[in-house]
Amino acid sequence: MSVKSRNLYLIPYAAWIVLFVVAPIALIVYYSLFDIEGNFTFSNYSDFFTPVYMRMTLSSFWYAFLITAFSLLIAYPAAYLLTRTKHKQLWLLLIILPSWINLLLKAYAFLGLFGTYGIVNAALDTLGIGRQQILFTDFSFVFVSVYIFIPFMILPVFNALEKMNPSLIDASRDLGASAWTTFQRVVFPLTVNGVKAGCQAVFIPALSLFMITRLIAGNRVITLGTAIEQHFLVTQDWGMGATIAVFLVVIMALIMVLTGNRRKREVSR
Amino acid sequence: MKQLVRMFVAVFVVAFALMYGVHLLNSSEGYAGSNTLTIYNWGDYIDPDLITEFEKESGLKVIYQTFDSNEAMMTKIEQGGTTFDVSVPSEYAISKMKEENLLLPIDHSKLPNLAHIDERFLNLSFDPDNEYSIPYFWGTVGIVYNPSMLDGWQIKSWNDLWDPRLRNQILLVDGAREVIGFGLNSLHYSLNDTEEAHLQEAKNKLSTLTPNVKAIVGDEIKMLLANEEAAVGVVWSGDASEIMGENENLDYVVPEEGSNLWFDNMVIPKTARNIEGAYKFMNFMLDPEHAAQNAEYVGYSTPNKDALALLPEDISGDERFYPAPELTEKLEVYRNLGKRMLAHYNELFLEFKMHRK
Repeated sequence: MSVKSRNLYLIPYAAWIVLFVVAPIALIVYYSLFDIEGNFTFSNYSDFFTPVYMRMTLSSFWYAFLITAFSLLIAYPAAYLLTRTKHKQLWLLLIILPSWINLLLKAYAFLGLFGTYGIVNAALDTLGIGRQQILFTDFSFVFVSVYIFIPFMILPVFNALEKMNPSLIDASRDLGASAWTTFQRVVFPLTVNGVKAGCQAVFIPALSLFMITRLIAGNRVITLGTAIEQHFLVTQDWGMGATIAVFLVVIMALIMVLTGNRRKREVSR
Repeated sequence: MKQLVRMFVAVFVVAFALMYGVHLLNSSEGYAGSNTLTIYNWGDYIDPDLITEFEKESGLKVIYQTFDSNEAMMTKIEQGGTTFDVSVPSEYAISKMKEENLLLPIDHSKLPNLAHIDERFLNLSFDPDNEYSIPYFWGTVGIVYNPSMLDGWQIKSWNDLWDPRLRNQILLVDGAREVIGFGLNSLHYSLNDTEEAHLQEAKNKLSTLTPNVKAIVGDEIKMLLANEEAAVGVVWSGDASEIMGENENLDYVVPEEGSNLWFDNMVIPKTARNIEGAYKFMNFMLDPEHAAQNAEYVGYSTPNKDALALLPEDISGDERFYPAPELTEKLEVYRNLGKRMLAHYNELFLEFKMHRK
């Protein structure tokens, strides 16, 4: 294939990137430089560093961190067990299946399940524990978010585990390593890229969740995503909304860089 | 390479087949460009039977789309690319849309049924002479509560919400003007107050309400209150009547300190394509029989005096939803406070929401 024809094939890709990645980001940056009355200003950026938005940023991070940690905690053993089962593909399909259902529908289902007179509370009641407030708590928010994100964590971890050569484990055990040491020194380092990919796939969208904060957490959890939605749809302060979006983009880029592959160091170690 | 080409061809063939299918379905149901009417209304805000009847009567096909806040609706119309023929904004949104030239003036001679509307609801400050808007429904903001969950306690005022007995029992509607508004009302200020000191005072007072607030939600509030998820909710009157229809234990009160009186009016956005159809629809909805049927279904208060006469006594005589004129005089209509003030209200509301228990 000549250089010329190769460049020709690049056109759709380049056009796509420019139109749907570069241009929108440029537009967001552009909008972030105007205040609510359309005057050019940098005040949105200084407003972002006020206590309200700082607290919001911190709480977004905290919840995104919790969601990612719990997803990983559940997804890793689950993915590991999956690689040991007979009908791997079937089980995997069953795990992915819920992600085909609309997010909103699932959130509404949890409203019914977790309600004061819902199934979960009815079960707690018959067990003698009594009815608890589950809906509109931190617990329900993290629980539902983990439930929604878990397929995105299981898939990359599962793929990493699948790719691993199983004879390495046998070798490790033959050489006298305990099961824990084997996991720590052999299995985990070999699947760490899957874990990273999974964490990225969960943490980044979790940072800007917004529908669930209202439906499941009853606006008791306010994230940057909620603020962006408010500014664009209610306040019509596009400048501030865009500014928050700019910060989110920057933060996400940083996360990508920090959790990106650092093979060189691993090799030299 | 060959496979790639084959795949692309397959994708295009499927896409075109689907497009043709949609076109075929649409035209078989009679949707053909010129004979459709697009209505952009609040969710759950019309009796679906009336749409069917209107389609039969006018020969038009109705495309019905919904929104859940004035702001979201305005943003969509402002951006263009939409073809809404009729929309139903609230009063402050109407004055804003008027300012931004988003509305078409209405020719009253094409709406003979306008005569059925009560004078009280015509020629109001947000739209003098009803040049751009025609009354659809009106109502109040108030408290819906469940006496059986509160040992028979009758709530009367906004300040009752701060009572420690209501710990973790209140659901609020997710609206900045409504929540900041009752904060101001509870301090006996106007809900259109723009004085910074008053607003801060209201915000500080609201932040002491936090232990009593269970959640701040959207339309789900109706389902949650009907299921007795909480004992008290701050809602619009029509939502209250809908909730009370589902759960007989509940009661509604317009708090004594005063509250919001609002109007939702029909308008023709400037993006309209089928203006004749829009007039037909508005005239159809103004017909007393249709308006009465709609009011009975939706539960909000109708501004149509002849429709009111057709409604059963237990609806039209209900002071909670049809307060006497001397009561409505104590209520306030939202004024359009301008973008900057609205942003400030939202900022305060956001701070209130961030206040953790």
